[in-house]
Amino acid sequence: MARKLSTRLLVVLAVAAVFIAGCAKTATTTKTEVKQPFKVGAVLSVTGANAPLGDAEKKALELEVASINKDGGANGHQLEIVIEDDESDTTKAVAAVNKLIKVDKVVAVVGGTGTGSAMGIKPIITASKIPFVAMAAGNGITAADNTWVFRAPAKNAVAADKALEYISKTLKLKKIAVLYDSNPFGQDGIDEIKKEVIAKDMTIVSEQKYETNATDVTAQLTTIKAANPECVIVWGTNPMPAKAAQTMKQLSMTMPYIGSHGIANTKFIDLAGDAANGVVFPAGKILIPSSIKDAGQKAAVDKFITDYKAKYDGIAPNTFAGHAYDALHIVSDALGIAGSDSAKLRTQIEKTSGFAGPDGIYKYSKTNHDGLATSDLIMIKIVGGKWTLVE
Amino acid sequence: MLLSKVLQFVITGVANGAIYALIALGFTLIYNSRQIINFAQGEFVVIGGMAAYTFYVTAHLPLPVALLAAILVVTLLGVAFERFVILPLKNAASISLIIATIGMSIFLRTGAMLIWGKEAMTLPHFFGDKPWNIMGATILPQQIFIIAITLVIVVGMQLFFRLTVTGKAMLAASMNPEAARLMGIRSERMVMYSFAFSAALGAVAGVSIAPLVMMSFGSGAALGIKGFSAAILGGLTNPLGAVLGGLSLGVIESVGAGLISSAFKEAIALIVLLMVLLIKPSGVFGKIGTRRHAR
Repeated sequence: MARKLSTRLLVVLAVAAVFIAGCAKTATTTKTEVKQPFKVGAVLSVTGANAPLGDAEKKALELEVASINKDGGANGHQLEIVIEDDESDTTKAVAAVNKLIKVDKVVAVVGGTGTGSAMGIKPIITASKIPFVAMAAGNGITAADNTWVFRAPAKNAVAADKALEYISKTLKLKKIAVLYDSNPFGQDGIDEIKKEVIAKDMTIVSEQKYETNATDVTAQLTTIKAANPECVIVWGTNPMPAKAAQTMKQLSMTMPYIGSHGIANTKFIDLAGDAANGVVFPAGKILIPSSIKDAGQKAAVDKFITDYKAKYDGIAPNTFAGHAYDALHIVSDALGIAGSDSAKLRTQIEKTSGFAGPDGIYKYSKTNHDGLATSDLIMIKIVGGKWTLVE
Repeated sequence: MLLSKVLQFVITGVANGAIYALIALGFTLIYNSRQIINFAQGEFVVIGGMAAYTFYVTAHLPLPVALLAAILVVTLLGVAFERFVILPLKNAASISLIIATIGMSIFLRTGAMLIWGKEAMTLPHFFGDKPWNIMGATILPQQIFIIAITLVIVVGMQLFFRLTVTGKAMLAASMNPEAARLMGIRSERMVMYSFAFSAALGAVAGVSIAPLVMMSFGSGAALGIKGFSAAILGGLTNPLGAVLGGLSLGVIESVGAGLISSAFKEAIALIVLLMVLLIKPSGVFGKIGTRRHAR
């Protein structure tokens, strides 16, 4: 027995010795030949309810990491991306970011496809002191305790401001009604609208709410109709805003329908059909690339769209792919200048100014980790089932 | 203005109530045959709607053919459910059967997600989407169709159970399976029929509401709860009660959302459900003494 054991022990030791020697060898060779790669972690909702968003983000990250590395990486360091799927589940997003930080030892994290995931990631990031560039739009992500948290897309409040600016400056209307989803997305919208209407000298004549899984909003719209608003803002994500457009048509409510960026996809047109025509909503410029005036941004977006289409069967990148592009490039640019030290990297991201990507031209500061303004958004009108730019 | 507003709430309520009634009818059928609540009823509705979408939009079949094909698919699903899940559990307690239906609902919901994806879908209106005007309030042809089909079905069901041999046999088997078997009725087959009927009814509801309700794989739970509340309100054993329960629920919900607060609209169904269970567990339209044989 003792003899048997010691033989086994010898074998184990021998294997271990070979393994250690092998590791040491590879480690030394990489050190002498190229700079250590930088590992960036990504938590995306590749499956689950947010899959249509997370899938596009994953594709954009894979495309852009390859493109950055081909161009020499971040100051000579190759980028390595570790993508974790949170299955659109906040709990799994927390587990995923813990794994990325503790096991993969990433130098920065991007992602959080939905606001729920991003909010789950936030406290872990704050405790671990690793820079995080979020891809979700909920106002809360960059509000309070945001030292380590930045954001790529325009936040919900900015989109709401853009919509109100359109109503007050372009349409010159004062009496508005709001129909909103009871989820955090709708709540963000109504909160900002309520705050902004006072400054813009507008009044909300009716404010109605619906549950995300509701099937009918006739009662709400009947109340809105009776309040006689000059336009109706509908703040929610598919499918109910499409139902609202149809119901407004049924109730012969002909005032303008102003939507949120939550309907910035062709699915809205599929669902609402004819009723989609005339609907106006704020969205990122990537949906209508010809709307981009800045030459640098135009070049970057055109290249992104061409590369994305070439790699993924001719399908154009949506706004979510654009968020991933921006988040990754902001991190990569900062890594190139500051290196992988967390504190230096964070300060460098905060200094980002003038970076131009699909979502706009970023200007972060000590107090502003959002970087985008209403000028980075456009208003889109649906005409004949197609998106057209509102000048 | 106020009058037409209230009229609109009532008309919308009746139209939505007819949808709840259609779903509720499926609950009463299965409850009558097996004394269980089928929590997969909402999924039958959704799969009916989405199958119709596939047959009509993807396979380009004529609309009536697509609708019938969708109803057939769901009916077969109901039969399979009874044969492979309910029948093998024939000696199990009611609670085990109810849990089996919950399992089935999760299975069907996930299956629907894998087959049809995660996005919502909708069908064109059967008779156009130009609303009819009634004293300043409007109703869609599709909503009138749903109200009409609900009435046709409830009358048809009464005739079927009273006048046909199969209907009488199903009724007998539901009242006393042992005695029915002694009379030469194959009680187990009658249970299968009621699952087939119930699934078919769910599918009829699904295809009829598909132009109005933007359905996705997860819509079944919300629709099922509304139908279940309507069935409870109507006394669970009585098809006519289910229809009245559905219509009342729709009107209460719509008027409540309009005149009190839209924030409570979806909660009203649950509040009504709780109140009925607390005050009159046999249902507002359920007669005391109609309790059937319990295993």
